[in-house]
Amino acid sequence: MRRKLPIIIIAVALVAALAGGALMMRSSETSTTQTGISQLPPTVTTTNTPATTATATQPQQQPRPAVPPSLQNAHARGRADAPVLIEEYGDFQCPPCGFVHPILKRIEDEYETEVRVVFRNFPLPTLHQHAIEAARAAEAAGLQGKFWQMHDMLFEKQNEWKDTAIARPLFLGYARQLGLDLDKFTRDIDSAPVNTRVMNDEQHGTARGVGSTPTVFMNGREIPFEVVRDYGKLRATIEQELAAKK
Amino acid sequence: MSEPKARVDEASAPQQQPEQRISRLYALAAVLALVGLADAIYLTVEHLSGRSVRCSVTSGCSEVLASPYATIGDYPLALFGAVAYFTAFSLATLAAFGSQRAGTLFAVLAALMFATSLWLVYLQAFVLHAFCQYCLLSAAVSTSLAVIALVHRATRATDASSQIKS
Repeated sequence: MRRKLPIIIIAVALVAALAGGALMMRSSETSTTQTGISQLPPTVTTTNTPATTATATQPQQQPRPAVPPSLQNAHARGRADAPVLIEEYGDFQCPPCGFVHPILKRIEDEYETEVRVVFRNFPLPTLHQHAIEAARAAEAAGLQGKFWQMHDMLFEKQNEWKDTAIARPLFLGYARQLGLDLDKFTRDIDSAPVNTRVMNDEQHGTARGVGSTPTVFMNGREIPFEVVRDYGKLRATIEQELAAKK
Repeated sequence: MSEPKARVDEASAPQQQPEQRISRLYALAAVLALVGLADAIYLTVEHLSGRSVRCSVTSGCSEVLASPYATIGDYPLALFGAVAYFTAFSLATLAAFGSQRAGTLFAVLAALMFATSLWLVYLQAFVLHAFCQYCLLSAAVSTSLAVIALVHRATRATDASSQIKS
């Protein structure tokens, strides 16, 4: 038995390591697809497609507790006293973020006085090679007062730059189109303060449990991606929030 | 009859103590290798799932883990680390149960892992100018494994010389 014991220990460790890795991978995938983290009542998840209703109404894990929103050092647009605060943690190179962008823009236009939108960088460089550089480009534009213009341009032109080997010339082109001081933009994009700002955003998200993009909070509660990507559902959620505030 | 037996026990007692010490050292190495294994598995999973690794102590996880040094071909470096730590764990376990060949292989592997860790810490400090806490933990573990291998060598050398003297 004593001769076999080390082999048994090694085999147990191997099985535990493989099982642990598989569990981590599974929980990671669950978080990335953002299933089962809904805090919304079932009425909000009504939809035309039965399949999505089933997905949205069957929570697979415990909901995260609501976290008070924080506007410190955040890029925000919309009225400061708006009753609904939408916070997005996004990656400019992430296709789902690009997909959600026009939906959020439409919501902003429709609820001009009722909704305030905040964007924080949450680049995923292991998945998107230009994610950090794009975030820095937006922040560098922000130093010249044009964060949101660059934010919109990066998302709207995502297909133009996301697959290029070197994105910098395209970002410089966007800066030119926005009328930015190019020398300052070039200096700022690689500067320590801009880098720190991006990192702070990321840490802010990490502290709130963000692990994938886009992660959207509404008045501090995380909204499932199934809702955010659907204009009708998102609108219904906002209406419900507004009704609750009255 | 009982007297000679007592003499044999007294004579063998000093020889058993260093063996126990070596066995304990290898057991400690096995536990440390498990810590390194968990660390490497975490980094591998995070890399494969494309998630941004959460850095709570240092602030350079993204820079380090997204750098070209974090992968070998299409595979994350952490995956190779996981294989190395599991091998180190297996060898240390076998050595703890008395396999001298496993002990020798463990020492070679620990030296290689220590050299790799030195190189990776150098890259973080002087090339990337950013530190990733999980990489630093891995470096600390592999350094500890190398120290254990060295202490083991020193213990064996001391025992050998004391046996020659006696």
